[in-house]
Amino acid sequence: MSPAHYVFLATILFVIGAVGVLVRRNAIVIFMCVELMLNACNLAFVAFARMHGNLDGQVVAFFVMVVAAAEVVVGLAILMAIYRARKSASVDDANLLKY
Amino acid sequence: MTTLAATGVLRASWLLLAFPIFGAAVLLLGGRRTDRWGHLLGCAMPLASFAYGVIAFFTLLGYPAAERSRDLHLYSWIPVGTFQANIGILLDPLSICFVLLITGVGSLIHIYSIGYMSHDTDRRRFFGYMNLFIAAMLLLVIADNYLALYAGWEGVGLASYLLIGFWQFKPSAAVAAKKAFIANRVGDAGLSLAIMLMFAEFGTFTFSGVFSSAKSGGSGVALALGLLLLLGACGKSAQLPLQSWLLDAMEGPTPVSALIHAATMVTAGVYLMVRSNPILANAADARMAVAIVGAVTLLFGGIIACAKDDIKKSLAGSTMSQIGYMMLGAGLGPAGYAFAIAQLLAHGFFKAGLFLGAGSVMHGMNDEVDMRRYGALGRIMPITSVTFGLAYLAIIGIPPFSGFFTKDPIIDAAWESGGTSGWLLGGAAIIGAGITAFYMTRMMLMTWAGNKRWEEHAHPHESPAVMTWPMIILAIGSVGAGAFLIINDRLVDFLAPVVGLPPTLHGIWTGPGLVALALTLVAAAGAWAMYGRVPVPGTAPRGSVVTVAARKDLYGDAFNESVLMRPGQWLTRLSVYFDSRGVDGLVNTLAATIGGTSGRLRRIQTGFVRSYALSMLIGAVLLVAGLLVVRL
Repeated sequence: MSPAHYVFLATILFVIGAVGVLVRRNAIVIFMCVELMLNACNLAFVAFARMHGNLDGQVVAFFVMVVAAAEVVVGLAILMAIYRARKSASVDDANLLKY
Repeated sequence: MTTLAATGVLRASWLLLAFPIFGAAVLLLGGRRTDRWGHLLGCAMPLASFAYGVIAFFTLLGYPAAERSRDLHLYSWIPVGTFQANIGILLDPLSICFVLLITGVGSLIHIYSIGYMSHDTDRRRFFGYMNLFIAAMLLLVIADNYLALYAGWEGVGLASYLLIGFWQFKPSAAVAAKKAFIANRVGDAGLSLAIMLMFAEFGTFTFSGVFSSAKSGGSGVALALGLLLLLGACGKSAQLPLQSWLLDAMEGPTPVSALIHAATMVTAGVYLMVRSNPILANAADARMAVAIVGAVTLLFGGIIACAKDDIKKSLAGSTMSQIGYMMLGAGLGPAGYAFAIAQLLAHGFFKAGLFLGAGSVMHGMNDEVDMRRYGALGRIMPITSVTFGLAYLAIIGIPPFSGFFTKDPIIDAAWESGGTSGWLLGGAAIIGAGITAFYMTRMMLMTWAGNKRWEEHAHPHESPAVMTWPMIILAIGSVGAGAFLIINDRLVDFLAPVVGLPPTLHGIWTGPGLVALALTLVAAAGAWAMYGRVPVPGTAPRGSVVTVAARKDLYGDAFNESVLMRPGQWLTRLSVYFDSRGVDGLVNTLAATIGGTSGRLRRIQTGFVRSYALSMLIGAVLLVAGLLVVRL
């Protein structure tokens, strides 16, 4: 197996996620795109761990999953609150905190 | 001579100060409650001081001549280590002369003011200030050290400021008061520097300590002290080059002009010079400077007085001129000290009389001061015109009136001071006598004789008795004071323990004195030819170059403005420009740059989450790219 395939796949997934974060307005979709970027990273970590034959990358991947789970908990809660207050899930509507 | 402790009735000499201070405190702190009887209290206090002064005078006369200098320690003002500033009272022949003049003439002018200020709603405040002046002036002349003298010196300056600006609703009066204060500050700086120099060199302020050290000290210190004291005297006595304030000071009520700006305060400079005679004895150059200042000012003031149509300003020029005689006398050393004081005392009588007469005319003429609006008042104001006339004969020095006896010894002494300086000083004094006769005769003719030139609504009338009696008493003094003081050398012998005896004593009739008398008669005749024989025009003719210059105070103000005021204004403008453009400009530019930059940077915070995400992405990409570039 060649690591290049995994790295290409991870890069494609990461770019899709990044573009999604930048171009989509719906907060739920942005969330999913962020998860996509995180999991692209996880894929790279795991692939390199397997290639080098040690567990460091896999441990980091678990940490990323835990952080992502925590992020989802807090993020979704905020999202719910914003939606209840504004009847909108668009991130461009929530722009009061500025200069 | 040694100073002895005060005993007996002289131990109460603090009363001299206590009476007028009490009067001023009651009248100024009591407010409107004291309006009804304030003027009576204001007159009673100087009279009480005068009564005590007379008692003290006769007590001193009762002592032998060598024991007439009596000192009373009042309290320690600032006792700090070696710095001992005490308040003490020194009664000696010199100070008692001033006490009698200040309280005597002061009381008369207070009484006169009851009538003169009767229409003024602020008469109580006026009397409060006048009592304050009497207290400060007494402190000035009876202090036994220079520091307490300085306190009195500043006190009279304050009282003068308050009284010149008494009608402060008139802008001209407010400006005149400020001008007098500032011009006096220049002189005061000289006096305060002199006092600091005394303390630095001799370690003491007391007259006795300073004088004994000055006798043994170097002549350089004595010269510096003499010149600094002269600067102080020039400010207070309106001598060149600090003369310009006195003419404007006539904005004050006329009794103020009579008391402060003729009889007493402006003579404080002469007192300072005569009192400091042991310092001057060691500094011949400083004494010469005093004499030159006096001689120049006596001509300067006289020329101004010749051209003024304002009766008070003409008298003010005359005051400058007469004080010039006193300074000239003081500058001649022991030959002139006693005669300077004699001239000062006689001048107190006749100049106060002239000012009160002028005030009486103004009182009857709706405060008109222009002599070209007077004329033919002699019949209408008989008492004023006669007292004014007696004072006139006294000031121009017709025998046997005061001025003849007191001015001639100064002319003699100046003439005999020897060499070229004797010629110049004596010549100036003689010419000054002629100028005096000219402007005083002009004033007499324009006011009392000639054609009526009154305003239509003027109803001149004689003043009430409360105003005429002080004038009558002053006129008696104008007639007799000079002869009393000079004949038998009464004042000379009385003052000898303090100022020393003149080297030579002359009779009454002397060569220079006769020349001055002849010149006086010629000048008076000349004034009659110009103002008595022909009618006086109601508006001033254009006049010669000299007349125009004299009307403008011989360009004294113009000189001050062009040499001192304008450059000072340029300097302040330059400083303001440098401050606002240079110092402020640097700081403000820096602040504006930072502020503007941050204002623009702030715009990055748009509030859109996706733009933040983009910037994070760009940052991360740049970071990675940078790392890759470095690694490769």
